[in-house]
Amino acid sequence: MLDLSVIVNNFAFLVVQGLLGLGGFTGGTLRLAIPAIVLGFVLGIFIGIARLARAWWISLPATLYVEFFRGVPLVMVIFWIWFIIPQLLRRPIPEYGVALTAFVVFEAAYFGEIVRAGIQSVPRGQVEAATALGLTRAQSMRFVVLPQAIRNMVPSLVTQMIVLFKDTSLASIIGYVDLTKAAQIVNNREIRPFELYLFIAVVYFVFTYSMSRIAARFERRLA
Amino acid sequence: MHYDFHWQVLWSGQSGRWLLQGLGTTLAISSLAWLLAVGLGILSGALRTVPWKALRAVAAFYVEFFRNVPLLVWMFFWYFGVPPLLPEAAREWLFDHGAEFWAGMFALGVYHGARMSEVIRSGIQSIPKTQFEAAVAMGLTTFQAYRLVILPIALRLIVPPATSESLNLLKNSSVALTISVAELTFQTRQIETYTARAIEALTAGTVIYLVLCVGIATIMARVERRFAIPGLIARGG
Repeated sequence: MLDLSVIVNNFAFLVVQGLLGLGGFTGGTLRLAIPAIVLGFVLGIFIGIARLARAWWISLPATLYVEFFRGVPLVMVIFWIWFIIPQLLRRPIPEYGVALTAFVVFEAAYFGEIVRAGIQSVPRGQVEAATALGLTRAQSMRFVVLPQAIRNMVPSLVTQMIVLFKDTSLASIIGYVDLTKAAQIVNNREIRPFELYLFIAVVYFVFTYSMSRIAARFERRLA
Repeated sequence: MHYDFHWQVLWSGQSGRWLLQGLGTTLAISSLAWLLAVGLGILSGALRTVPWKALRAVAAFYVEFFRNVPLLVWMFFWYFGVPPLLPEAAREWLFDHGAEFWAGMFALGVYHGARMSEVIRSGIQSIPKTQFEAAVAMGLTTFQAYRLVILPIALRLIVPPATSESLNLLKNSSVALTISVAELTFQTRQIETYTARAIEALTAGTVIYLVLCVGIATIMARVERRFAIPGLIARGG
C-alpha cells in the first residue's frame, strides 16, 4: 500500500532543494516566501497609508490598485508578470524574478488592506494628542499611529503570511522549482503521486500550522 | 516600449468561443464546488461548537489540515494521487467523464469548505450563548436548536465574510488549470498560444474576472442589507 521508501530516497531533493532552495536548481519555497512576505508587507504599508491620504490623487490610485488585485486570481497576475516584464525590459528574466515580482505586487494589495484597517483601529484621540504635542503628520504616523497599528494588525498579518506561504506553490506553474515542483519532478520519475503529494501536504501543514500556533500564543501575550 | 495592439484576435477565429467556454467551465466548477464548500462548511463549522469533544476534534482536524495546505497540492493529490487507489471500474468511469473536472471541483470544494467552516464558526460564536440555552430550555434537542435557532441567525450574520470567501473560491478555480481543466485562465493561455498576442488575451481574461467579482460583490451587498437582522448589525451608511 503506502510505499514510504519513495519519500526516504528523495528526501534530500524534496526538502533541501524544494523547501530550502539549496541545490542545482534556482528554487526553494522558503527562498521565495520570505522575501515575498517582507517586500509585500513594506509595499503594503505604503499602499495602506496612501489609501487614507487626504489628497484624492494619492488615495484614488491606491484604492484602484487594491480593488484591481483583489478582483483577479493570483494565477492571472503571475501570467501577466511573466509576459509583461520581459517585454518591458527587452530581455528574458528568470522564474525567480517573475514569481517574486508577482507575489509582492499581488500580496501588497492584501497587506495594504490590513495596514489600513490597523491604522483605522487607532483612536483619533491619539493623533490629536500627537498633533497637540507638536508632532508633524509624518512624525505622528511614524511614532504614534504605526507602532499601535502594527500591534493590532498582528493576527491578520500572520493569516496573510500563511496565505502567501501557501500561494508560493503557484510559482511551480511557471517552472520555479519549489516544494510542489520538486514533488512533481520526483513523481514523473517514480510515479508515486499519493505518497508524494500527501508528504508535501504534511510539510506545508507543519509550517503553516506552527505559524498560526505561534501567532495565537503571541496574541494572548499582547492581549 | 512599442506594442501594436491587435484586439481583433479576441473575436476572430476561435478565441471568442474559447473565452465563452472557459467562462462556462469556471462558473460550473465554481458553483458545484461552492455547494460542496457550503455544505461541508456548515456541517464542520457547527460541529466545532457542539458540546461533544470527539465530534469537535474530527471537525477541527478537517478544518486545520485542509485549509493549511496549498490548494495546488490538493489539486494534484485528488487528481493524480487518489484515482489509482479507486476500484478499476470507478476509475474508468471517472476518466471517461472528465476526471480533471471532478477532481478539481472536489479539491476546490473540500479546501474552501474548511475555510468556509471558520466563517460559519465565528458566526455561531458571535451569537450569545443564552440563545442556545433558551432553545434547549424550551425543550428543543441540540440538533433542533442548531437547525431552528442557531444556524438561521448565524447564516444571516455571516453574509459579508461568506461573500468574500465565495469570491476567493471563484478566483481560486483558476488553479484548476494546472490539472488541465479548460476554465477561463486555461482558455486565456490557449488564445495566447495560438495567436501569440499575450497582452490582448490576458486583458480579456482579467476583465471577465473583474466583472464577475465586482458584479457578485454588488449583488451580495444588496442581499446583505435585505438579510441583515434589524438592531443586530450596525451598518455605516
